[in-house]
Amino acid sequence: MGILIDERTRVIVQGFTGEKATFHAREMMAYGTNVVGGVTPGKGGTRHLGRPVFDTVKEAVTITEAQASLVFVPPAFAADALMEAADAGLRLVCIITDGIPAQDMMRVKRYLRRYPRDKRTTLVGPNCAGIITAGRAMLGIMPGHIYVRGRVGIVSRSGTLGYEAAAQMKALGIGVSTSVGIGGDPINGSSFLDHLARFEEDDETDAVVMIGEIGGPQEAEAAAWVRGNMRKPVIGYVAGLTAPKGRRMGHAGAIISAAGDSAAEKTEIMRSHGLHVAPSAAALGETVAKALARVH
Amino acid sequence: MDIHEYQAKQLLERFGVPVPRGGPAYNPDQAVYVASGLGGAHWAIKAQIHSGGRGKAGGVRLCRSYHEVAETAAAMLGSRLMTAQTGPEGRVVRRLYVEMAEPIERELYLVFVLDRRIERIRVIASAMGGMEIEQIALSNPSSIRVVDVEPAVGLLPFQAREIAFALGLDSRHVNQATAAILGCYRAFRDLDATMVEVNPLVVTKDQRILALDAKMSFDDNALFRQRDVVEMRDPAEEDPREAQAAEHGFNYVGLDGDIGCIINGAGLAMATMDTIKYAGGQPANFLDVGGGASPERIAHAFELVLSDRNVRVLLVNIFAGINRCDWVAQGIVQAAKDLQVPLVVRLAGTNVEAGRQILESSGLPLIMADTLQEAADKAVCAVQRPRAAA
Repeated sequence: MGILIDERTRVIVQGFTGEKATFHAREMMAYGTNVVGGVTPGKGGTRHLGRPVFDTVKEAVTITEAQASLVFVPPAFAADALMEAADAGLRLVCIITDGIPAQDMMRVKRYLRRYPRDKRTTLVGPNCAGIITAGRAMLGIMPGHIYVRGRVGIVSRSGTLGYEAAAQMKALGIGVSTSVGIGGDPINGSSFLDHLARFEEDDETDAVVMIGEIGGPQEAEAAAWVRGNMRKPVIGYVAGLTAPKGRRMGHAGAIISAAGDSAAEKTEIMRSHGLHVAPSAAALGETVAKALARVH
Repeated sequence: MDIHEYQAKQLLERFGVPVPRGGPAYNPDQAVYVASGLGGAHWAIKAQIHSGGRGKAGGVRLCRSYHEVAETAAAMLGSRLMTAQTGPEGRVVRRLYVEMAEPIERELYLVFVLDRRIERIRVIASAMGGMEIEQIALSNPSSIRVVDVEPAVGLLPFQAREIAFALGLDSRHVNQATAAILGCYRAFRDLDATMVEVNPLVVTKDQRILALDAKMSFDDNALFRQRDVVEMRDPAEEDPREAQAAEHGFNYVGLDGDIGCIINGAGLAMATMDTIKYAGGQPANFLDVGGGASPERIAHAFELVLSDRNVRVLLVNIFAGINRCDWVAQGIVQAAKDLQVPLVVRLAGTNVEAGRQILESSGLPLIMADTLQEAADKAVCAVQRPRAAA
């Protein structure tokens, strides 16, 4: 059982009939994900990729007993789609969309707290590559073939840098249990810490790679938590050493605007809390190998 | 996205924030015209550039006659203003703001930010206006009052009052100050700001509250729904390459080095630049071509990066997921046809063998790399020994 999904998880796709959603839903189905339907308001009652389309998430959940959703809704409508998903009682929602206004995400996070903790939706993203439990299921847009099944978890803000880590590990014969993209936005559905805690409880994961970047407090917060709460080794890397202050480096959340935001500061914080810091992005795989060797 | 002080004041005024009377001017005659329309006998001529610290740098001057206004405007327009934020190159002043100068009794500090740690809008106020918040935090931290806004209900009047009383304002000013604070909050919320700073918020000698300076930054992701804000964009304050990049849906940041970078994904781009640095090189730019690396996009990316004359080597690092490496390779071959600098290419992911085939059989003097480390090493080598590398 992956930390978030496996081949039994019943998945719907919001924005199902759109071009991007259609492409990725096909890839997910080919990978083995249990896609049971999708939502496109106004297209309810039709079929798409051999699955039923619904007008609302609530209806989709009622009919298909869906547990998770992958959201491909454009920025202007994304917050609404997320709150609709939460209100329909989905346990897990992952949103790929890049470009959602920060204050919208602030309001979505606040909305999720409307529900008691045991019923609250787990949100992953936005602006992320999604979640993959290697060899079993994919809730996202990653290229499945770069992951070989194994026992190292990955949690990353960046999509392609996450792929780079998986590829380096694969070249060394190291496989992945689950890889989670938390996305590049300043206000995200779940943080590094949220997923590290899951990996710590997961009996299919022996170590975790944590890939951060400039901007925001989540790497420091996670490193401090690791120190006090995690026995499994955590390999860390923070991208953006060459980033100038105050400039947004692609991701909406990748900007050095406060103390502690820089790659150098975060790297030092990780080191001081006992994480195995990769000396460079090119050494991610070998740093994982070294950390695993120390365990066994 | 940033805007000028006078634009921030225009916006804040719409939300009930009191601002001094004033108007923009683009030439000395206009400056005099605005001053005459304002009446009074003292005016502040303020350079309008996207930077703080203009006053300290000589970008704010007080004038007592139309003659002085004209002379000051003439001297400031077209001059280069260097502030702590612009760096030594400074910015050319193309716009001025002519404002009624008011005698001031007190200066206060007020800023609204979207705090990432608490995921809330945070209001920070201090009775020590006119200084930078970092300085206030160092010299007089007890003067700082912080209030967090509950997203479900917004900034409440009692919270604004709390701030006003904490700033030492009394019954004469509290209502005005509360209105100003609430107005700034509503502007922040309704215009999708990421920062609203009023420094200083003043009490004038005749006991009025005014936002004497105002700075606003906006969430780029929200501009699709903020047409009024978008209209205030000043291209002269932006790097033309970054504007060009935005048109093609790229993210570009110009830097000082000589290794031009074209990468897909912001994290991989930053990591590639880091690897270059560790290998002894200097990236010339950050460029995320994003998903969909079509031949046209690649060609535009090449053009953009090469428009920086400092670029002596080009490094392309594409980890193809949805895109196939063979498609990307085709785009690279097309774009690299007349290339004058060494090109290092690292492809990974879907169809990497096919992509490599296309590059190798193109006949172009490409430098191939399999790994991130190899790509960085070969790029640095190509800079140091351009002929030996190919």
